[in-house]
Amino acid sequence: MKTLYDKLWESHVVHAESDKPDSMVILYIDRHLVHEVTSPQAFEGLRLAGRKPWRVNSILAVADHNVPTTDRSSGIKDPTSRLQVETLDQNCEELGITEFRMNDQRQGIVHVIGPEQGATLPGMTVVCGDSHTSTHGAFACLAFGIGTSEVEHVLATQCLLAKKSKSMQILIEGKLGCGVTAKDIALAIVGEVGTAGGTGYAIEFAGSTIRALSMEGRMTLCNMAIEAGARAGMVAVDETTIEYLKGRPFAPKGVMWEQAVSYWRTLRSDEGAVFDRVVRLDAAQIKPQVTWGTSPEMVASIEGKVPDPALITDPVKRHDTENALKYMGLSPNTPIREIFLDKIFIGSCTNSRIEDLREAAVILKGKRIAPNIKLALVVPGSGLVKSQAEQEGIDRIFREAGFEWREPGCSMCLAMNDDRLMPGERCASTSNRNFEGRQGPGGRTHLVSPAMAAAAAVAGHFVDVRTMNE
Amino acid sequence: MRKFEQCKGLVVPLDRANVDTDAIIPKQFLKSIKRSGFGQYLFDEWRYLDRGEPGMEASQRKINPDFVLNQPRYQGAEILIARDNFGCGSSREHAPWALQDYGLQVIIAPSFADIFFNNCFKIGLLPIVLDSNVVNKLIDEVVTTSGYRLFVDLAAQTVTTPGNEIYSFDIDPFRKYCLINGLDEIGLTLQHADKIKQFEERRRREQPWLFA
Ligand code: SF4
Repeated sequence: MKTLYDKLWESHVVHAESDKPDSMVILYIDRHLVHEVTSPQAFEGLRLAGRKPWRVNSILAVADHNVPTTDRSSGIKDPTSRLQVETLDQNCEELGITEFRMNDQRQGIVHVIGPEQGATLPGMTVVCGDSHTSTHGAFACLAFGIGTSEVEHVLATQCLLAKKSKSMQILIEGKLGCGVTAKDIALAIVGEVGTAGGTGYAIEFAGSTIRALSMEGRMTLCNMAIEAGARAGMVAVDETTIEYLKGRPFAPKGVMWEQAVSYWRTLRSDEGAVFDRVVRLDAAQIKPQVTWGTSPEMVASIEGKVPDPALITDPVKRHDTENALKYMGLSPNTPIREIFLDKIFIGSCTNSRIEDLREAAVILKGKRIAPNIKLALVVPGSGLVKSQAEQEGIDRIFREAGFEWREPGCSMCLAMNDDRLMPGERCASTSNRNFEGRQGPGGRTHLVSPAMAAAAAVAGHFVDVRTMNE
Repeated sequence: MRKFEQCKGLVVPLDRANVDTDAIIPKQFLKSIKRSGFGQYLFDEWRYLDRGEPGMEASQRKINPDFVLNQPRYQGAEILIARDNFGCGSSREHAPWALQDYGLQVIIAPSFADIFFNNCFKIGLLPIVLDSNVVNKLIDEVVTTSGYRLFVDLAAQTVTTPGNEIYSFDIDPFRKYCLINGLDEIGLTLQHADKIKQFEERRRREQPWLFA
């Protein structure tokens, strides 16, 4: 009886130092995704050692972190950002690596384009120098983030040195309430297990609630496995997975497709497989979530309040809560609904896919953003998501509501380009991290779902999206 | 990779849990395409009062006197001791690079985030997990004793206090071997190149769609 994780792990072990379960192994990597920020030093290291990439066509590269989301016709203004993007272009050109350049319609956030192109397939090991690589686990692959030395290691050897993690099953049963989304499940899980709760584990999300989620929803959930401390999150293959992949550019075709699908169907945990830890959640209990602090575990439901540090007994936790409230400019016991916002950001590898944009557009249709909102941004996850949305007329809904409709990239998820918060500004964001300074120095981030971000844009403060259309 | 055997270093306490890699090295410094020079921007938003941009001279900047790393008694620290879940968040190896470039050789905490922990070993920075009660005690001692140094011996897997208390720590034997010898992991893996090729050939036969 094996878990999905056991199956994925065992099928990629090239060599093990010993037969102990925690032995260091050489693990084969099928897909290597590369972006501009964590790769330049790896390519340089490779070159200095006189090495070549082991298997060039396992690599797919894209620039996403530094790219501007406004008009791109005159290139990147910031010279350091430009140099980093050009360095990626040069490295890819020199080594014959497939890259979607900035003006290619297929360009976008690395974790959006991998699945969109069918470059992420079930049964693969997928790595990228980026912690949100866990996203790809939605396709029943073993996907995790690595550091730059490891990027170089994979380039040179097509392998990584790795140790097997423990396994955790997060079992969610039941039907989600109306207006409650995968993002709320993700935030509720991080709130439940804590940002370190998944450390040392690979998480499999299972149960009827997960089965009912679209691939977009599953990606949102796996994306945030790392926010619960787990390097990898995954979901078993089912019809939804197969349906999504059919006809994608990098997905197999014809006889090979049939062959692949029959293998993919085995990619689930066997009945009775044992996990090191099981966490259960009841979908019906999950309410729309909003973070109030500077760590994703500092989260409450829309019906809740900002906590009162005076009531926290653990001194370390009290100290952290006080720090967070000070940074966030919030007083204890403030109802979440009374938190007013300056900016709205809909985007990031967590929530910038077509379904996310549709979810926000439903709320925004025929409405305007509140006068206190200084800027509302939508940044689609890829050029293809953008054009799909334009075909559906979603861009018009956003524009008419007062949102800016931008070019794809990471944008204000981490503010490496020009999109950022000013000190003290408060933002409802569909991204995944609310760390100090994440969206700009002194900026204050509240993580929410696209529907909740849209609702907050209209109201000017957080509101319960479940009551929006009444 | 830099070799690590022993360190008898001055200790600086960072009394916070969940210190994330965005805090260790903020994103604007990630635009560099080099591997060095990050030490001056370590904990930039906590360490300075002005906003840091790549290329700024540390000597020209307004330092935050309240931040622990800026206190005169901790100058020259080689060991950092912090709370739970150190290094969470982004996978950026720039975080261990910045810690090492600043002069730190050892990070002690009750727990670390997985990717950060793993990245440290790749460059010869030693992360040590000690029980949270021990960490509490050590932080108290550091704060109340000036010039507090710990002796870390990797071969023996021990941390020794000035009062001669000895705490053992665990480390994976392969990682220990690589650290003590300063080995290049890529070179080690390539010793198994034939096995990798055989594995790849079998995979190509069994799952040809992965190679199309
Ligand atoms: S969108 Fe944000 S979290 Fe995702 S890859 Fe880009 S910077 Fe990282």
